[in-house]
Amino acid sequence: MDLYEYQGKQYFARYGLNVPIGDVTDTVQGALAIGEKIGFPVAVKAQVLVGGRGKAGGIKIAENMAELQTYAEQILGMDIKGHTVKHLWIQKSPTIAKEYYASFTLDRSVRSHLCMVSAKGGIDIEEIAVSDPEAIVKAHIDPVEGITFEQAADIAARAHIDEEAIDKVAEALLAMYRCYIEGDADLVEVNPLILTEESEVVALDAKVTLDDAAAFRHPEWEAWQNTDEMDPRDRLAKEKGLQYVGLGGYVGIIANGAGLGMSTCDVVEQAGGEPANFLDIGGGASADVMAAALELVNQDPKVKSIFINIFGGITRGEEVANGILLALEKITHTAPIVVRLDGTNAEEGRSILAGYQGKALFTEPTMTKAAAKATELAGVN
Amino acid sequence: MSIFIDENTKVVIQGISPTSQALYHGLRNRSYGTQVVAGTNPKRGGEVIEGINVYATVAEAVRETKADASFIAVPPHGAPGAIMEAAEAGIKFIVCITENIPAKDEALIFHRLKHEFPDTRLLGPNCPGIISPGKANIGITSGDIALPGGPVGLVSRSGTVFYQAIYELTQKGIGQTTGVGIGGDPVPGTTFLDSLEAFEKDNETKAVFLIGEIGGDAEEQAAEYIKSRMTKPVVAYIVGVTAPEGRKMGHAGAIVSGSKGTAKAKMAALAGAGAIVADNPSSAANEIAKLVKGL
Repeated sequence: MDLYEYQGKQYFARYGLNVPIGDVTDTVQGALAIGEKIGFPVAVKAQVLVGGRGKAGGIKIAENMAELQTYAEQILGMDIKGHTVKHLWIQKSPTIAKEYYASFTLDRSVRSHLCMVSAKGGIDIEEIAVSDPEAIVKAHIDPVEGITFEQAADIAARAHIDEEAIDKVAEALLAMYRCYIEGDADLVEVNPLILTEESEVVALDAKVTLDDAAAFRHPEWEAWQNTDEMDPRDRLAKEKGLQYVGLGGYVGIIANGAGLGMSTCDVVEQAGGEPANFLDIGGGASADVMAAALELVNQDPKVKSIFINIFGGITRGEEVANGILLALEKITHTAPIVVRLDGTNAEEGRSILAGYQGKALFTEPTMTKAAAKATELAGVN
Repeated sequence: MSIFIDENTKVVIQGISPTSQALYHGLRNRSYGTQVVAGTNPKRGGEVIEGINVYATVAEAVRETKADASFIAVPPHGAPGAIMEAAEAGIKFIVCITENIPAKDEALIFHRLKHEFPDTRLLGPNCPGIISPGKANIGITSGDIALPGGPVGLVSRSGTVFYQAIYELTQKGIGQTTGVGIGGDPVPGTTFLDSLEAFEKDNETKAVFLIGEIGGDAEEQAAEYIKSRMTKPVVAYIVGVTAPEGRKMGHAGAIVSGSKGTAKAKMAALAGAGAIVADNPSSAANEIAKLVKGL
């Protein structure tokens, strides 16, 4: 789950990282009240889960109430790369002496945590990674040993952080690491991490992605569920516990396992069809889950045929077949369904479906044949 | 031969109870011929479930039964503790199929094993397990889709495509030495590299079927090994050729991975290393069939 900047800053503050004074609002009146309270100048920042806000005009500095009103009116409701701005973060603008970059994430290739720091922070950090890679110091952190103040200070020094800021940057890195580890984030990124003219180190921005798998030990995350930015199909899938990605084609796809789901999309495309979606019903799916999946795919008006591709491991064939029959009782579907069923208890499953063959339900023995059949039945080409 | 497990492997099922997932799969593994010698459950020590003796701890089970492998299917919050308990009890091969373990826990477990129990191999988490056809099966793979006798070794990140691949080979009458499902989580205990090294050393394995997936750079690392060390032919299929580009993890993701991670980059790396790259499971199996014919 990606956090809005203001949520990220709230999370940072909890772990002891300095953030500018500020507050969040979703009205112009609210913005003015915050400005009055914290004093000028203030930064008015659009809260959307997408990068490039500054370049899109979603971040402005207001010197007084009149400017704050103008900018708040401009930015609220603004569209940034398809995201409508519903929330504003208003923060006291610090005086910036230097802009740094710092992040923690998992480096999958070595299965360790990775800390990255650069003295050349700011909007062009990705370009710097290409043009001047040495300007970004990368240090792996052993998950058992963690990071010490001395290590953090050493990383900062190697990144050419200004001498007088090294200790404070090291403290900031330790706070970020706590947020990353104890806060169960997949990513904690601050760009820019600034040095103020008053020699304070402050996180001017916040990019935090939480590890959804750790939600069971973070009841506080409940309040941050940013479901209002979700595609309605995605929201329905989330409610039903299904992994769903809309793709824009016309062959609806239901598979068990993310790998088989993607592989099914591959073979449909190779058969000349276009997948409407990726849908993984997960391991051990029951008849109810299958029924929910079929309902979801059936709701997409672009879907002209449905390809159910199941290879049973935990998922049992007879559960799949019963789920399909259960769903067929509940929904009115016009799109023909092609089923390919193999693996655990596949024969039981196939014999359950055998009685319903024809008209709108077909079974095929192989994945490639089923993909071809589903594409043909869609009748688009 | 087979890799990692064989007919002598003795398995303890951790967290066993009459209604557990672990029991369901454990019984299927046993009826396949796997030596399932014990179960553990702190609350059920002394019980016998479906003919399986239950001990309170893994240490006790190891002492009484000489178990050397374990199977873990407990929920995410309990899995890291179960893995460490097995390692501390002297288990050398741990299969953990548990899904949705937080990445932090996986990273911590992987490094704790590396520091404290370097001889213990973890397979998974979030994997289908491992099957050495005709000898042993630990995990959720349906045993009847596999064919004993080799000469093909399989290794896969995806679970269901792993079954699909085994099944395709079996349909063609091509046997398998071992199928290793390494799982798709960010911090797998066992990698492509570990499996390729083991297959390279295994006399009965004559060719390897590798099933990769978009994301990460495990396939690129495998490609480097294939190029520099591997003498046996490898056929590869990367799942997700048509998948849309995933979301980027901030700037950090872009800085770390660069262009790595896409199916195209992985296919190019593998082809460049001399592997035969196919674009779906069936055509990959056809390529294997051609190789096997020529052996």
